[in-house]
Amino acid sequence: MKKPNRILIREEYCMGCRICEVHCVVQHSKSKDIIKVYKGEGAKPLPRVIVEEKGHISFALQCRHCEDAPCLEACITGAMYKDKKTGAVLCDEEKCVGCWMCIMVCPFGVILRDVSGKKVASKCDLCIGEEIPACVKNCPNGAIVCQENK
Amino acid sequence: MAKRPAPTEFIIERDDQKCIACQACVRMCSNDVHSYDEQTDTVTSDSAKCVGCHFCGTICPTGAITIKRNPSEFKLNANWNAQAIKNITKQAETGGALLTGMGSDKPYPIYWDHILLNASQVTNPSIDPLREPMELRTYIGRKPDKIEFTVHSSQLTEKNKKLSTVNCELSTKLSPQLKLETPILFSAMSYGSISLNACKSLARAAAQMGTFYNTGEGGLHRDLYTYASNTIVQVASGRFGVHKQYLEAGAAIEIKIGQGAKPGIGGHLPGEKVTEEISQTRMIPGGTDALSPAPHHDIYSIEDLKQLIYALKEATRYKKPVGVKISAVHNVAPIASGIVRAGADFVAIDGLRGGTGAAPTMIRDNVGIPVELAIAVVDSRLREEGIRHQASLIAAGGIRSSADIIKAIALGADAVYIATAALVAMGCSLCQKCYTGKCNWGIATQDPYLTKRLNPEIGTQRLVNLLRAWSFEIKEMLGGMGINAIESLRGNRQQLRGVGLSDTDLKLLGIKPAGEAW
Repeated sequence: MKKPNRILIREEYCMGCRICEVHCVVQHSKSKDIIKVYKGEGAKPLPRVIVEEKGHISFALQCRHCEDAPCLEACITGAMYKDKKTGAVLCDEEKCVGCWMCIMVCPFGVILRDVSGKKVASKCDLCIGEEIPACVKNCPNGAIVCQENK
Repeated sequence: MAKRPAPTEFIIERDDQKCIACQACVRMCSNDVHSYDEQTDTVTSDSAKCVGCHFCGTICPTGAITIKRNPSEFKLNANWNAQAIKNITKQAETGGALLTGMGSDKPYPIYWDHILLNASQVTNPSIDPLREPMELRTYIGRKPDKIEFTVHSSQLTEKNKKLSTVNCELSTKLSPQLKLETPILFSAMSYGSISLNACKSLARAAAQMGTFYNTGEGGLHRDLYTYASNTIVQVASGRFGVHKQYLEAGAAIEIKIGQGAKPGIGGHLPGEKVTEEISQTRMIPGGTDALSPAPHHDIYSIEDLKQLIYALKEATRYKKPVGVKISAVHNVAPIASGIVRAGADFVAIDGLRGGTGAAPTMIRDNVGIPVELAIAVVDSRLREEGIRHQASLIAAGGIRSSADIIKAIALGADAVYIATAALVAMGCSLCQKCYTGKCNWGIATQDPYLTKRLNPEIGTQRLVNLLRAWSFEIKEMLGGMGINAIESLRGNRQQLRGVGLSDTDLKLLGIKPAGEAW
């Protein structure tokens, strides 16, 4: 299967259970073991998908991997880059200096400050190496789906 | 003590070693059972509020939640059992009739479980449905008394002296029929009693599987007109949402006289559930109670019923079958005979164990007869009177498996209606709290927080899977009996034998006891 390059959100089916956030945290943890991550590993990573809620409307939002991503232009160190193969917008944490310019310009507010170690921008990486991103795979109601790379 | 709280039915066990305090259960429970304590970073549960729907247990990412029946027991008393004590306590508290949902849970005999199927051995070959053709297609509607053909003799040539379809034509005018690719239909569940997403799941699954779903008396939502060719539209005592376009949209029309869960009484959709969409679909003011009277106020006899049947046939230009649904009551056979004589193209019989969104507990658990007996006596009666072919029979109420279906058909049904089984496929765990409107599974609710939990794409797929699995099992069982078409099994009671049944039961069911040969 080709790597999907877009995650679609279907707000009409999002129940707001936030299980996508849990699995995103697990996926980006050291052990990738749900109980260890939450109970024994110490600082757990930030979820890179965030469920937005107002009234009964909710949806899981993660980086849209924009074609003309403003964070790429705003990045002062060139840490933010576009993967040529998949079109994913990724952050090279080695280069990132935590200036938060990307956060300032992101129109969706999906880049978070990770200050647990060296300050870096934390964002969705489409779960590199996984066939299906963790949030898509674990959404119990099909409210986050993959769109195949065309 | 003047006041006693409602007894705790379930105990929630949370495995603290597994609970990661993600609060999915807190966010999801519509009964506010779970709560999060920020200070201690723990989730706790108030078991007293739990209805046992198992949604939290299903959604929990670590499987930390187990729901158990509360082991707390009253002093054992065969007469004044726990249920009786709980009911009286509740009524002493509220002063109201007991209300419940889904079908009766009382341990009345389930005749399906006392009927066994036959299989071929040596003297007749069984059929392997994976290698040989097997037909589950059946037609619902009035069949002609006899059929006549016109033979175009001019087309007979020297070369082709045999009659073929080219030169032979059916001259009998056939009544309108519903073509079913599998003898399973989705029974009436109204938009109002269930969510629109549940209706959509049923409609799409029916369309995909070549069968039908039934609107119940909730009218037809504008989004569901797409599936009109797989829809049976219902005309019930409340006449909700019945208009020309509605009648013309359906593939068939069903007049609902009664429902297995609550024979003899009407329906009541509380005003809180009558949302803007439901009010438009049912053509009633928003927020008002939707009351379905117990009888149709224009039907007090078979003759009156005949008038309605023909009024509906006239309104739809005799293009679609018009059937009647009744609940299985003591006099079901003569009533069904009257219904057939009144011109119904099919008769649906809903048994004692049929489900509902809301019914008084005493009615649900004490009124009506099991569908197995009803189908058998109705089929026998119609055969005796020589009018069995004039209408199809649909068995409903408590069909749990493909084996129940095949037994129903062998007892005399043409097809079966399933509803509870369909809801279970969509997530329902029969907590029987449909009437509260708080269904965590997004089925029996109109709360926008809850209805979106049922993604109709997933719902459709699960229903299609169920029908596919059951159809395959029916084929297997048919093949085992050496029969290659479901229509050859209809009323073929020789394929059935009773175990542990009284002589009277066997006589009514029209089957022999196990051990007795042909």
